[in-house]
Formats: sequence, structure tokens, C-alpha cells
Amino acid sequence: MSSNSQKKGFGATIWDYMTTVDHKKIAILYLISGGFFFLVGGVEAMMIRIQLMKAGNDFLSAGTYNEVLTMHGTTMIFLAAMPILLAFMNAVSPLQIGARDVAFPFLNSLGFWLFFFGGIFLNLSWFLGGAPDAGWTNYASLALASEGHGIDFYSLGLTISGFGTLIAGINFLVTIINMRAPGMTYMRMPLFTWTTFVASALILLAFPPLTVGIFFMVFDRLFGANFFDVTMGGNTIIWEHFFWIFGHPEVYILILPAFGIFSEIFAIFSRKRLFGYTALVFATILIGFYGFMVWAHHMFTVGLGPTANAVFALATMIIAVPTGIKIFNWLLTIWGGNISFTVPMIYAVAFIPSFVAGGVTGVMQAIAPLDYQLHDSYFIVAHFHYVIVGGVVLAILAGTHLYWPKMFGTMLSEKLGKWTFWFFFIGFHLTFFIQHFLGLMGMPRRVYTFGADQGWDLFNAISSAGALLMAIGVIILLVNVVMTVAKNERVGNDPWGDGRTLEWAIPSPPPFYNFAQTPLVRGLDPYWIEKMEGNKEGMVYAEPLGDIHMPNGSIIPFVISLGMFTAAFGAMYHMDGHAWALPVLIGGLAITFGSMLVRSLKDDLGFHVTKEELIADNERIQREARALEGGKKGGLK
Amino acid sequence: MMKGPKKWRLFALMTTLLVFLSGCGREEISTLIPAGKVAQDQFNLLILSSIVMLFVIVVVTIIYVLAIVKFRRSKVGEDMIPEQVEGSARLEFIWTAIPIVLLLILAVPTVYATFDLADVTAMDAQDEEGVAENLTVNVTGKLYWWEFEYPEQEIRTAQELVVPTGERVYFNLIAADVKHSFWIPSVGGKLDVNPENVNTFYLEFDKESSELEEGVYFGKCAELCGPSHALMDFKVKTLNREDFDAWVAAMQEEQEAPTETLAQEGEALFGQDGLSCIACHAVNSAGAATGQGPNLTTFGDRTTIAGFMEHDEETLKNWIADPQQYKPGNLMPNAASLNNGEELSDQELNALAAYLMSLKVEE
Repeated sequence: MSSNSQKKGFGATIWDYMTTVDHKKIAILYLISGGFFFLVGGVEAMMIRIQLMKAGNDFLSAGTYNEVLTMHGTTMIFLAAMPILLAFMNAVSPLQIGARDVAFPFLNSLGFWLFFFGGIFLNLSWFLGGAPDAGWTNYASLALASEGHGIDFYSLGLTISGFGTLIAGINFLVTIINMRAPGMTYMRMPLFTWTTFVASALILLAFPPLTVGIFFMVFDRLFGANFFDVTMGGNTIIWEHFFWIFGHPEVYILILPAFGIFSEIFAIFSRKRLFGYTALVFATILIGFYGFMVWAHHMFTVGLGPTANAVFALATMIIAVPTGIKIFNWLLTIWGGNISFTVPMIYAVAFIPSFVAGGVTGVMQAIAPLDYQLHDSYFIVAHFHYVIVGGVVLAILAGTHLYWPKMFGTMLSEKLGKWTFWFFFIGFHLTFFIQHFLGLMGMPRRVYTFGADQGWDLFNAISSAGALLMAIGVIILLVNVVMTVAKNERVGNDPWGDGRTLEWAIPSPPPFYNFAQTPLVRGLDPYWIEKMEGNKEGMVYAEPLGDIHMPNGSIIPFVISLGMFTAAFGAMYHMDGHAWALPVLIGGLAITFGSMLVRSLKDDLGFHVTKEELIADNERIQREARALEGGKKGGLK
Repeated sequence: MMKGPKKWRLFALMTTLLVFLSGCGREEISTLIPAGKVAQDQFNLLILSSIVMLFVIVVVTIIYVLAIVKFRRSKVGEDMIPEQVEGSARLEFIWTAIPIVLLLILAVPTVYATFDLADVTAMDAQDEEGVAENLTVNVTGKLYWWEFEYPEQEIRTAQELVVPTGERVYFNLIAADVKHSFWIPSVGGKLDVNPENVNTFYLEFDKESSELEEGVYFGKCAELCGPSHALMDFKVKTLNREDFDAWVAAMQEEQEAPTETLAQEGEALFGQDGLSCIACHAVNSAGAATGQGPNLTTFGDRTTIAGFMEHDEETLKNWIADPQQYKPGNLMPNAASLNNGEELSDQELNALAAYLMSLKVEE
């Protein structure tokens, strides 16, 4: 694995990805699996909208509908949005700070495989007796009453994938604190790296409450522990607290990296440095901080009393201030710029009104007494889809176009990208805008059907039509991906022409060791500074060319995760009294802990890329770049 | 001096909005057509916050549209390199301060209404003779149906809440199984029905429901509670105080036995020597205990079967024969399982339907 440009057989490529510890390949793994789960969640969304297309529809039965809605939410949040954002974090943020890899490459791989096996485990529930059906929030009284193994799939699957996410978060924190190139001070870090940093801190602090809550749930279901069983002195509202102490920061774990991606896009495609960079950084930190102070606004109707409701209402309103600061700074970034409407920029420009609409309905719901009407109605469904689709998913689509060349060395078609955009964007507003009014007209969320006498028929039909447009948009994106991969037209370092940060200073995709020499950072937007000063070489370097120490690949992370995956089946079926379940549980854990032991006892010192190899590699890169320039006649702007 | 015309303008704006919004939804269920003090307070907050938010949206839109129109590459030139502006402390201050002011405008009524709507101190108020001054209803959420107990009046009903207009009605809410949420959209916001604690709030009902097209307000369960969550509806009948008192008096009386032969046959089937429906469903309101199934004392007066279906004999017979088909996951056994595995004959179903439809306390 000394060079990623070598041609390999299919089996060897698969093995390479199974054992890789390279952040760029792990990014691709996250993108592919997150993308797969995004499609699964999308199919589930379409099933929901088909069922609600007209009053009294019988496309899905009541029980199946609850499974579909639960899996739609759980899949989209845990298995699609977060992993795809982790894909961009992996692909880009080590490059943005001029690092050779993340701080713990082995853990990076482990984090991915835990997420992957957790996600697979959760989705296998469809084939093994039924999916979870208590909503993605899994409120305890309903979860404990749920028959079959659906809820066990939920709790065990999320435990496993949650470990993976936690590991990823810790890894990025350490990486960003320790591995910045010389001159890359905190206040010169690109906004995407900043948001990765803050989101990682949120992961570190928010996932433990979820893990504790889910552990209680597992113990209640598997061993009758009665944490949440009211008849035995348990309390179900504790679950709601655990869930939302995690759940609200979770929303910011999703939206902050999205903000980061858009911040990069606004600067690149306006050819202008971010307006109010310092304010943007502090707004990010404040949003992360407040994110932990507001969880009870999801529980205004639980009956916590007026004091708690008033305090959490005011705390929630405060979040509007830093968010507003961000919006205005972005507007002032494009103000006076030179705006090029590429696909990523179109998404970014479309994000502003969509997210503002989602934000203002958020403030409306912060008004606790008003929320008594809006809570658990279609108004809230509209609100969180406006922030998650209008914020996070638009960022994911924008980021896919923006970083595709850096990850794969080819450009997605701009033309097809615009088609995807228009279908998706129009479909999105058509689907969700009208849902605000459905909520105000009294339609509760999570209903599998509605009567013709409720007056909701027309708006539901419109909403379903919008969903179809979104689906068409996503299909065009898939076509775009397939065509781009098939064409395989290579691009250079800075395919957008206006790259500002370090990732655009090296080849697309970068060599496995990233920077042959660690760059010296001389200010915010270091690559832009060098470009403006006419630096032909690309960057100034902080060290002479020398041997590079790199980690070896390893299959151990895969095996550790496989062991936990196996153990989860044993744990789940043990409660049914199957004789084979206990050995499977013990065997799975033995595989996991055994491979940890192997990892601890066996020294793996990595390998060195020698100076000579680097020089040879650099010549190859230069040659390829020249060929590219020649082929394009006049080259890139 | 300016006060008059400004107020008038605001009023005009509110009215326009009101007209625009009242086109949305049915009077029986829409939060946009408030039918009581609580819903009205919440609607006012909706309008206030919408106006403030509309202001924010307009400001953002203006800057936004100007920016993307004025500074597009086709306009400013392919090679133009913009000035790399760092920021502006003054602007940062402005767009921090203005939102804070806007939020303060919202914060004051928010805090006031939060405490006002939670004020249930009058609930336990008694007059000199120890009689409660206000009506309290104990609501129990059960898997896909609602029970309403009037503790002071010692009566109990289900599925259709009957309340007087023009006064505060206090509610105690608790769930018998999983968590539910009690919501009458046009009368006021929801409150969760938890399995572990009693939640308390009040509502006010302004209008007699007989004026509505459907004759009742629609109530909903707003918390996912299982397969038939969507069908866990209830109805609300609002009567003026006089009619309400008459209704309570009728409920408190021993109900009369049916006179028709078919209904009498049905009564026998319903009873202990028949299918034992009565083991779960009480048919007397006064002093009845909490039921396994809904209390049916007022069944003939209701507007729906099982909370959401047409109120006619055909539907009723189908429902009795196979409740699972209509409300999946509910706890009512199908008729055959109570009849030693045999389906009920048409005659038996007709008798049961006739009997149930005869259960009335209203004229």
C-alpha cells in the first residue's frame, strides 16, 4: 500500500478498504455507507408519504407504519446524516490543518467499523421479526410495551454504532488540538475545522447520556431491571431527559459541520474571506455551549411545571442570537464578493432562506405556551425537516459536489447537479412548508392515517407530491455519480479555481501521506495567501523533505466490531431461552476482547516512506499535472 | 398623536391575517380558529411571534436578494478579486443587539402565559358547604380510548367529554398503560398523559358545540402510543351550564332498561349470561368504577363508534365482530372468542347493536 495509484484487483481493493487506517479512505467508506443508509431512509420516507397521500390509505398497516417512521428517523440521523458528515470531516479537516493523518488512525478505522456493524445490525431487524416501532425517540413506556425484538435491535444497534461515533469524536478533538501544522493557530483554522472541533466536543459530552439511557433500556428489556417500569417504581420521564440531554446537542452535532461546509463555500465562491471570522468562531462555540442548556424544550408538554418551562423557553430563545450572527456574517461575506453560481454555491445560497425559515419556527416553538399547540403536531415535523433537510442535507449535497474532486479526483457534472438541486429544493419546500399548516390545523405527528372528515386531505396530497420531486432529485444525483465514475476525467489540485484552504494545495486525491512536506501557515486562508503572492510552488514549507513515518493497515478494527455484532445477537436471543444464544454472546465478546489483546501485545511500529520514494512520487505527480494541463489547453482558471 | 392610526393599522393587519388563516382547517379541530381562552392566548402568541419573525425574514431577504443580484460574477467581471474584508465590530453589535430586543419582546408574554396557563390553584377551591367551586374532570388515557370521570358528580363516561361553556374546567390527567397526550386543538394546547404522575391544567370552552357542523370538537392523542395511536380520538361536547347540569343529573340516575324486544335480547347477550361484555363495559354511569373498556352509558348519544367511525348500526356490528380489523392493537376481544369460538349470528349482532344504540341519557 505504498501508493494509491497502483492498479489492484477487486478483491485486493476490498481487502485494502477493510484494513485501511488512512483517513481519506475511511472518509470514502463513511460516504458510501452513509449514502447507502440515506437511500434506505429515503425509501422509508417515500413509504410514509405514499401512506399519507390520501385519507384512509391502506398502503401500510398501522404496525408497519410505526416501524417505518421509527426507522426513517433513526436511519437518517444516526446512519445517514452523521456518517456522511464524518466522511467530510475525515476527508477534509486533517488536510485543512496540514496534518498527515488523524491522531489515532487505528481508532479511526475502529470507529467506522463499529458504526457500520451497528447500522447493519439495526437494519437486519426488518428481516428478523420486525423493526423498532416506538419512534426514533423510543419513549420508555411504549418501548417497554413493544413486542418482538424491534426495540432490542434499536438499543443494541445504537450502542454499537454510538461507540463508533464517540471514538470518532475523541479522535478529531485530539487531532485538531495536536496535529496542526506550524503557524495554524486556533484563530487561523478554517471554519469547517472549527465546526468539526466543536461538534466533536459535543459528541464527547452528548453520547454518554444516550449510552447510559440505552444501557438502562437494554437492562430493562433483557433482564427486567425496572429502571423505567412505572409499576415497579421506575420512571419513564428519566428516559426522556437522558434522550434529550443527548438529543438536542445531537442536532447541533449535525448542523455545526453543515455550517462549516457552507462557510467554506461562501468564501470560495465569493472569492472573499469570511466576513467576521472571529464572530463566526465564537458563535459556533456559543451554539455548542447553549446546546446543552435547552434539552427540556423538547419536553414542554411533559408537565415539568411553569418554572422549568419558562427557564428553558428563555434559554432556547438565546440560541437565536448566535445563529443570527452566523446568517448575517454569511450574507456580508457574499456582499461585495464575486459570486460564481456553481452547484455547491447554489446549495449554499438556497440554504439561507430555508434555514432562516426553520430557525424562526424554532423560536416560535421556544415560546412554551405556544408550543403546547405546536408540539407533536405536523408543525414540529415541518420545523425539524426545515433545519435538518434545509440545513444538514443541503450541506451534505453541497459538500458532496464541493469535495468530490478532492476525495475522488473527478468532478460531478454541474449540469446534472443543477437538475438535482432544482428537483430537490422545490420538492423540499413543497413537502414541508405546507406541513406547518397541517400542524396548525390540528394534525398530530406519527399518525398512520387520518380521516376524510379532518380537513387535511389537500395539504397531505401536496406534501406527498413534493416528496416525489425530492426522490427524483436524488435519483439524478445517483446517475450523476455513476456517469462521473464511468467518465473518470481527472482534475488538478484546485479544481474550483478559488480554493483558499490547505486541502486545495495538494493533488486530488492527495497521496496517502498527504503533504510531502508539512506546510507553513502564514495566516487565515493559507493557500489563498500564497496564490495572491504568486507562489508558483503552491505553499511554503515548514520542514525539509525527509522520511515520513506512516501506520500499517490492520484488520483488527473490523474483527473487534464483528465480535460486538455477533455478541449482540447472542444477548438479544438469550432472553428467548435459545440454548445457542449464550455461547454466541460469550464467543462474540471473546473475539472482541481477544483482538484487543492481540492489538495490545503485538507491536506494530508502522513503516517509513523514504525521501527517495517521495521524490519519485512527486515527479509522477508533476508529470500527471502537466499532462492534465496540456490536455485542457490553457489549463484551469 | 400617532397612536390612533398605528393601532388601527395593526388591527387591520391582524384582521387580514385572521381572515387569511381562518380559511385553514375545520372549526372542530383547527388551532387557527380558537374556541376558548387558552387557545386564544396561544393563538395571540402565534400571531405576535409570526409578526416578529416576518420582520426578521424580510430583513434577511432584502440583504440576501441584493447580495446575490449585485455581486454575481457575470456582473462584476470574471477576474475581479474582491477586497478581503475582515469584518465590522459595529455591524456585529447591531445584529447581536437587535435580535436580543426582538427576543425580549417575545420573552415577556411567554413567561407571563407560561405561569398563567399553569395556574390551577382554584382547582381545589370549595365554597362554605365544602362543594367544589369549579368543575374537575379526571382523564385516564388507555390503549386507544379515553375515560372521563367527574369525581365531584360521581359519574363516569368515555370517548365523549361533556363540559359546560363559559367557565374554567380543570383536568387531572394520567395514563393507565403507556404515555399518551391529551389535545383538543381548537380549545387549547396539549398536556402529556404520563403513566407515573397526574398532570393538571385547565381549559375554557367558549362556544356550544351544537353550533358546529359536526356537533362536537375533535380531541386527539398527540403522543405515539402504539399501532392505533392515529385512531385514539375523542370528541368534546360543550353545553351551556343549564344543559350541562341536566346532563349530569341524567347521568346520576339509574338508567332504564330497554323496552324494545330486540334491544332486550341484546341486553341479555351483553350481560353475564350472554357474552359478558358487561365485565369490561359498564352501562351505568353513577358510581361506576374505572373500566377495562369504555363506559357505554351514553353510547347512543355519541357521534362516533370507537372514537373515529361512523355512528350507525352497520359499523357497530362490524366493529363488534372484529375490533382488531378497525383499531389494530386494541384490547377488545373479537365477538367469536367470547362466544366459544363461533361467529355471532346476524340476529345476535342486530340485537347487540339495537341494545347499544338504545343506551342514552339525552333526549
